[in-house]
Amino acid sequence: MINFSEVRQTNEMIEKENLDVRTITMGISLLDCIDSDLTVLGQKVYDKIHKSAYDLVRVGEEISRDYGIPIVNKRISVTPIALIGGSACRCPEDFAQIARVLDRAAHDVGVNFLGGYSALVSKGMTESDRMLIRSIPQALSETELVCSSVNVGSTKAGIDMDAVRLMGSIIKETAERTADRGSIGCAKLVVFCNAPDDNPFMAGAFHGVTEADRILNIGVSGPGVVKKALESVRGSDFETLCETVKKTAFKVTRVGQLVAKEASRRLGVPFGIIDLSLAPTPAVGDSVADILCEMGLEYAGAPGTTAALALLNDQVKKGGVMASSYVGGLSGAFIPVSEDQGMINAVNAGCLTLEKLEAMTSVCSVGLDMIAIPGDTKDTTIAGIIADEMAIGMINQKTTAVRLIPVIGKDVGDEVEFGGLLGYAPIMPVSAFGCEGFVNRKGRIPAPVHSFKN
Amino acid sequence: MQRAIITVVGKDTIGIIAGVCTYLAQNRINILDISQTIVQGYFNMMMIVDVTTTQKSFGEISEELAVLGKEQIGVQIKCQKEEIFDLMHRI
Repeated sequence: MINFSEVRQTNEMIEKENLDVRTITMGISLLDCIDSDLTVLGQKVYDKIHKSAYDLVRVGEEISRDYGIPIVNKRISVTPIALIGGSACRCPEDFAQIARVLDRAAHDVGVNFLGGYSALVSKGMTESDRMLIRSIPQALSETELVCSSVNVGSTKAGIDMDAVRLMGSIIKETAERTADRGSIGCAKLVVFCNAPDDNPFMAGAFHGVTEADRILNIGVSGPGVVKKALESVRGSDFETLCETVKKTAFKVTRVGQLVAKEASRRLGVPFGIIDLSLAPTPAVGDSVADILCEMGLEYAGAPGTTAALALLNDQVKKGGVMASSYVGGLSGAFIPVSEDQGMINAVNAGCLTLEKLEAMTSVCSVGLDMIAIPGDTKDTTIAGIIADEMAIGMINQKTTAVRLIPVIGKDVGDEVEFGGLLGYAPIMPVSAFGCEGFVNRKGRIPAPVHSFKN
Repeated sequence: MQRAIITVVGKDTIGIIAGVCTYLAQNRINILDISQTIVQGYFNMMMIVDVTTTQKSFGEISEELAVLGKEQIGVQIKCQKEEIFDLMHRI
């Protein structure tokens, strides 16, 4: 039988250390909504989302109350819209109309975000992919809850540099169209290499074509819990450090497993995966950078950071796979800058640079995330940064992503405020050296030699 | 059997256990186990209860207990289904 100290430990994790279920994300396939008439398509898409996710928010709140565990976000991911809108859309404006339908559906069912305004173009772009990508600045400036992602590379297919170059311009254009709101449009736009089909986290979530009609994916978080656990093993050897992270990750993932099972039962929707990602929030004590500091670094970004992050990421995965049979591929640690007070402190102290963050992304879950850069950064420079990050993902057979925010009208030394979970960020310097000659080449980077595994 | 864990934390005063137990009895909730300590004037109690026989929904019970604690006794009362603790602490 459960004892007092175990109950107290669980409740302290929730009340004092910010343990929470970060998101219940319902993946909804829109493949059966495809129609050549844009109005009919819009109506079908709205109806399917509304019908599928009508109870999502209510059930999430009930589970939260029954177990006393906060469930912060309820979200939806849909089939990449480039596939859905292909036969109905004749121009980028037509795609933007679908984005408005998605936004309305998301508002009406009460979710925080809806992801899947996406195109998968790792080897090449169809006309419909191209139109969707061109419509992203308009779509993100006219909607509030829609998130967009574009997968431009994979280990199997290489990197589509035409898409990378295009995304450099699209990110810039999105920033300009939302310049009056701190270029916030870019916070809802991610460029991926090896994007997973079942990601529950925004802004990169979409419902892959390999998935069932509807599915529930759960994201659990709790950097504060890991930090607190590590406080008790200060100065211990690496084995003790690893054991502590692993055990904590196990406990946190089990909570996710419980919520996933319950949500699946109450909604009658199959459970997909649990992603245990130490995803920070701007709240004090909810920081991945603080875990790195607890391990013994002065600031995130100091020498040793990449090793510490590699260790953390790996132990989180090891604890997670023991706790659930269906653990998602992104499990590990996220290192967004604006959403993590410890990261912001490190940037302000001059310890953390874009180049160090790039190195860190080669061992952590995702990539260059929520990084504010000067608004006058050139399109080609953004494309160059994307290309570097995609190459890390392609060569290391992992997911990498780029979510950069060129904040129009701001420069190094300024700050930008996004509000809520997105936080605030100091503008980080970007290398002033050019890469036009490289990124302006046409075509794609071929798949690496280790992709020949057949 | 549907078990739940009730935790009560707050400044010690007269009638905390009486208040909680009266509510449970009125709502046909059976107490299976109680452990209680006082640390530096702070009252800490954990109860394991069986909610199978109650007429109310689990949500109502947990909300009413929270209100009872806050407005009448002056302590924090949480009522959670048992599985969250079981899953977290047992393989």
